[in-house]
Amino acid sequence: MIRATFVAIALTLGLAHGAEAMEIKEVTSPGGIKAWLVEEHGLPLLSVSAAFRDAGSATNPQGREGLAIMLGGLMNEGAGDMDAAAFKRALESHAISFGTSADTDAFYLAFSALSEHKDEAFRLAALALSSPRFDGDAVERVRSQMLVAQKQIEEDPESTAGVLFNELAFPGHPYGRREYGSVESVSAITRDDLTGFIAARFARDNLFITVVGDITAEELGARLDQLFGGLPANATPHGLSDVTMAQMAPMTVIQRDIPQSVVMFGAPGLRIKDADFMAANVMNYVLGGGSFASRLMTEVREKRGLAYGVSTFLLPNNFTGLIMGQVATDNARVAESISVIKAELERMRNEGVTDEELTNAKAYLTGSFALRFDSNARIASQLLGYQLDELGIDYVVRRNQLIEAVTREDIARVAAYLLDSGKFGFVVVGAPQGL
Amino acid sequence: MIFCDCFRPGPFMRSRIFQAALAAAAFFLAPVMARADFAAETFTLDNGMQVVVLPDHRAPVVTHMVWYRTGSIDEPAGTSGIAHFLEHLMFKGTDEIPPGEFSKIVARNGGQDNAFTSFDYTAYFQRVARDRLELVMKMEADRMENLVLADEQVLPERDVILEERSSRIDNNPGSLLWEQMMAALYLNHPYGRSIIGWRHEMATLDREDALAFYARFYAPNNAILIVAGDITLEELRPLAEKYYGRIDARELPPRLMLADPPALLARRLTLTDPRAQQPSFTRLYVAPSYVTASGNDAYALEVLGQILGGASGRMNRILVEEQGIAASASAWYSGDGLYDRTIGFSIDPRPESSLEAGEAALDALIADFLANGPTEEEVTRAKTVIMADAIFAKDSQQNLARLYGVALTTGRTIEDVEAWPQRIGAVTLDDVRRVASAYLVPARSVTGYLVPGAVQ
Repeated sequence: MIRATFVAIALTLGLAHGAEAMEIKEVTSPGGIKAWLVEEHGLPLLSVSAAFRDAGSATNPQGREGLAIMLGGLMNEGAGDMDAAAFKRALESHAISFGTSADTDAFYLAFSALSEHKDEAFRLAALALSSPRFDGDAVERVRSQMLVAQKQIEEDPESTAGVLFNELAFPGHPYGRREYGSVESVSAITRDDLTGFIAARFARDNLFITVVGDITAEELGARLDQLFGGLPANATPHGLSDVTMAQMAPMTVIQRDIPQSVVMFGAPGLRIKDADFMAANVMNYVLGGGSFASRLMTEVREKRGLAYGVSTFLLPNNFTGLIMGQVATDNARVAESISVIKAELERMRNEGVTDEELTNAKAYLTGSFALRFDSNARIASQLLGYQLDELGIDYVVRRNQLIEAVTREDIARVAAYLLDSGKFGFVVVGAPQGL
Repeated sequence: MIFCDCFRPGPFMRSRIFQAALAAAAFFLAPVMARADFAAETFTLDNGMQVVVLPDHRAPVVTHMVWYRTGSIDEPAGTSGIAHFLEHLMFKGTDEIPPGEFSKIVARNGGQDNAFTSFDYTAYFQRVARDRLELVMKMEADRMENLVLADEQVLPERDVILEERSSRIDNNPGSLLWEQMMAALYLNHPYGRSIIGWRHEMATLDREDALAFYARFYAPNNAILIVAGDITLEELRPLAEKYYGRIDARELPPRLMLADPPALLARRLTLTDPRAQQPSFTRLYVAPSYVTASGNDAYALEVLGQILGGASGRMNRILVEEQGIAASASAWYSGDGLYDRTIGFSIDPRPESSLEAGEAALDALIADFLANGPTEEEVTRAKTVIMADAIFAKDSQQNLARLYGVALTTGRTIEDVEAWPQRIGAVTLDDVRRVASAYLVPARSVTGYLVPGAVQ
């Protein structure tokens, strides 16, 4: 028995076409597993994207930092009766792209295949999820990849700045720990840690699924049970709780002999569900989120040639929110970049946005929304994000209305508490002069 | 696992915002297969500008691109980086559009825009709702002939490209080594010159250099219009004629096409850098591109690259899985170019292994391949993956437009793009053996070591 609910989103874009509709169906499998489906039969392709919420790096056990990402590297390294080489050969023989990965808050499983290889794609994905092998040589192989990745992060100034920022912003909270772990923590990870993580964190109550492409609701229902039916009903409690970014030192410098200093800065922000999130989103567009339309790009890049790129962005996690930004400027001039950025934070805090800026921001944010849905891959990524954030299947309809509802007063109010310069911490990697 | 891909820099772009999308696009190396509902259509305006339409009616959105048949290879001596600098300056306005307004107007219309420069081409694009197509066509056509530059905009932008160079190259030991390897690989051809430019020459570029390059290469008869998405040829033709068709063709001086002398010896470079943390190994061999190759060599090289570099390819299977020497190991064929391009190999040794062990294992792998060739099963699997990529590529109108743009600016035709999967399918085991023997030759190669540590 397949139940399907329907919501149509109307992206009113094309004058000639009138309202365009993309239909999102909620499919419930015979076994009770739910997925969002966008049927698209114009191409003989299928993409399945799934996520387990609260199964990312933030749920790594203490002393096992790196576990979730390492697991992400291991789930295509052999399953069932196939060792790593056989499993990869089976995927390639059917041109199936299959991958697993972890970010801070979630663990992801995704695959795509041509319609003609659909059976094999679901079979192999189900096998990887239900019976990953974690052979000794595969575990050591991926462990070495983790150690190499740690070195590459250390070598990259932006990654170095990001790691340090998290440590300073979230001392004692899992968000402050290194996602790729340390030599010690990665060396300590055992096969039992891997299987234990799956047993604890992969369940039906924290599972979200988006399917886009050449498949019907009826067929998908049975496939969902094949893929996810073996999962336990509930994940174990994750033990995470809300956290606010700590008060950091205003300026922290990591000396490094590179010609250009890389700067990362941030302050406490908002989570998606906060009532002010959309106002903050519109404000951020004007400040530094709007690429060449933003104030920071105009002041830092266009007028002064201080940087190739400068931006701010909202980073809403499950248990905290941040407003962050970054810039990179040659050592001799980086102090000027930082002072221009601080002045712009202050200006936004004190003056908010003009009517014209608000109108322009809304025009971009609402007008460009349809660009997020111009390929199966983009649709899948958007919709899975909405599911993880529990925005509801009608969010695609409501989203532009939420933006239109934002007023200058909303932005002034939000800017007043978000852009308090005393709350911002700056991290600089390089050999900055004059800081 | 996803690691830094700094060893394979792509074209340089105006904004970092787009880098993520560029990385995604790099996955779709394969051109596309024709299908009734996604088939390319083309015509040529009276002034010689080619127009290509790639219909995809799934969303009410279009990608509008103008590709110029000019890139870093066309730069006069002493002005390296001018092609990319001009790409930045193309956003600085005309009599109609004030400085800095181009991208803002696109944004106010719910669109996104950017541009990128490579060896052989420079391209500008906007992603917009279909009803805004005419607006961006008008603006793009305007700056094809009416660019206005003042030092007030040019000089800060020169600082911007120097900062871009710092971000992409000078802050990154792996990119510095790559740049030196390319310079060593090409003895005479400008592919050996950094696309973004050498810093000492970039610092001297000025308004006149930019305008001279613009006057020489930016003309409708040197450009290709590609529109992908919710559009038909019948809808596009009048717009193309109205905006691009009225621009006069100009006489184009022939491009200087240099060639390398035969390489006589293998070259080796070692960059020892205290900023490097992880050693890495890279080797490049000069190999023909789709245009310079004879017979079906390029197609066979594509299959060779997949047999060696695929997820179940020999590099991963032997160096990573069987021998455990490398944490990761890859191989690839780069075949897009008016001149010879490359076959490449890279190895990140495991912590307990070494660059020397990695190189020895690679040499043994190549020797075995040259002696015994691939298996039929390897050839079949590689072709399956490549031909499927051609179908996956059709999911994104943006990637599709790029595929056609790259092909058409590097000497191929729409027919070549559409016949590509069949030609891949026709590659035989003997073809793969032949190209491996012809091009995996030490004298054609440059080997690079990146070594963490203090400079001696």
